[in-house]
Amino acid sequence: MIEAQALTKQFGGRTVVSDITFRSEPGTVTGFLGPNGAGKSTTMRMLVGLSEPDRGEARILGQRYRDLPNPGRRVGILLDASAQHSGRRGREALAVSAQTMGIPAQRVGEVLELVGLDEAAARRRVGEYSLGMRQRLGLAHALLGDPEVLILDEPANGLDPEGMRWMRGLLRGLADRGGTVLLSSHLLAEVEAVADRMMIVGDGRIQAQGTRAELLTESATIVEAADLATLDAALLSAGLATHPADGDRRLVEADPEVIARLAMANDVVLRRLAPAEDTGLERLFFELTTGGGSAPSPNTVSIHPELTGALA
Amino acid sequence: MSTTTLTAPIRVNTAGVHTRPSLGRLVAVELRKMVNTRAGFWLQIATVAITVLAVTVRTVVGDAADHTFGSILEVGLKPAAVLLPVVGILLVTSEWSQRTGMITFALVPMRSRVLGAKLIASLVLAMATLAMGVTVVAAGVLAASPGVDGTWSDIAPLIGQSAIYLGGGMVVGVAFGAIVLAPAPAIVALFALPTAWLAVTSLSFFGDVGPWVDTGRALGPLSREVVDGTQWAQAGTSLALWMLLPLLIGIWRITRREVAV
Repeated sequence: MIEAQALTKQFGGRTVVSDITFRSEPGTVTGFLGPNGAGKSTTMRMLVGLSEPDRGEARILGQRYRDLPNPGRRVGILLDASAQHSGRRGREALAVSAQTMGIPAQRVGEVLELVGLDEAAARRRVGEYSLGMRQRLGLAHALLGDPEVLILDEPANGLDPEGMRWMRGLLRGLADRGGTVLLSSHLLAEVEAVADRMMIVGDGRIQAQGTRAELLTESATIVEAADLATLDAALLSAGLATHPADGDRRLVEADPEVIARLAMANDVVLRRLAPAEDTGLERLFFELTTGGGSAPSPNTVSIHPELTGALA
Repeated sequence: MSTTTLTAPIRVNTAGVHTRPSLGRLVAVELRKMVNTRAGFWLQIATVAITVLAVTVRTVVGDAADHTFGSILEVGLKPAAVLLPVVGILLVTSEWSQRTGMITFALVPMRSRVLGAKLIASLVLAMATLAMGVTVVAAGVLAASPGVDGTWSDIAPLIGQSAIYLGGGMVVGVAFGAIVLAPAPAIVALFALPTAWLAVTSLSFFGDVGPWVDTGRALGPLSREVVDGTQWAQAGTSLALWMLLPLLIGIWRITRREVAV
């Protein structure tokens, strides 16, 4: 169980986290989704007491994190895989934490095997590790205390596709056994594949949260027209949110029938008119995290690369 | 990665889950952290090697009649007196420069306990280093000129004073690390400030204040001679200025600062 109540943090007069409130229940995986700099990492640091909120409060397992007697045994944390002493060997880095938590040294071997760092890798100094190896070491560290809560900041960073699949299985398994998992990512696909609930953050605020189904109530349509300028003008005057898609297409937040009637009234010949249901979440993510995306102007920022791919 | 997954049910009542790590355990962890990095390991090796070298040279050269335990001890502890504060600096600053503080302070959220453990661990290491130094010096004396008159005189008070000499210097390092939180500037400050300070306090304007506020002049005699009351007082005032004050500011700073922003 993770609860955040109105967490707010300013750095140098700039509000980086604003009024973030959420609740992660046992048995669920919560995805914390947003572009880099949205305030995800700062929020996670406030959850575990490394950063003091200016306002608001966070509780983990019903207590403030700092009041947990031996927090490493109940909450596994991976906030920055590079935050390890470069002159320490991988196995030793884990052994130091195991000793702090009071768990047997054999557990170090178990988690090293679990994340796929072999004996040779464990003997090397962390400074010689690749990004992927650091990430595995960081995951091993988070799992060391056999925790019931996991808080992972961009855990898939640097993992190969196989490693990502393995990690998703691990997180799912922990949640299914009654654990609570909170993971962040700037990539929708990473979160969507494993999370039961999602929070979309942008500009330090939660822009939307809910299950995948809850976030996907809106519909959208892909349109292609012979006379794009007239179509754009018609969509604009009708007040429909429009986004440029690849080619000369438009992604419009409306049902196909609305657009068809609009095209007929304006004598625009449509070449294509198709529902774009699958792209809904990506569009929402894109829109909510870039701000200004809902303005009905085709000349705004180009569409998210993932969305372009989905439409092609 | 391995196909192994965790299958055991979530447990919450295993021994140790609801027990705070003891201070003793935290001290052991901090001692381990001082020697299990590349820099820490070689600093320890270097301290022993240079001590042996210094004692060897000192017992070979000069008049044999001058080879008392006390006179060799002064030389034998110099390497440790220089290197121990660096170990103390790294003990604190690595949590920030290597960003391990994100792990340390997440596992032990009460930062003052971590700092307390670091202080105790640094004193334990200083005493272990003293034991090593005394052993090397005694071996040197026995090997070179065991028969000199008064060789072993005042051995107990000299060792006791040396404990304060090395322990105090070590904690000065911890304090400098805590106040600066970056290894390079802390090490520069540790070696440059006392020299600059010595230049300032040597000016006639300061009269006789110098020995009271200068660790070099106040602590130096501790490993050399049995000190009198005034010298003890001078050691006390200079340690208050160079050890206690930065330590208090450093603790105040660390317990409030954001970790690894």
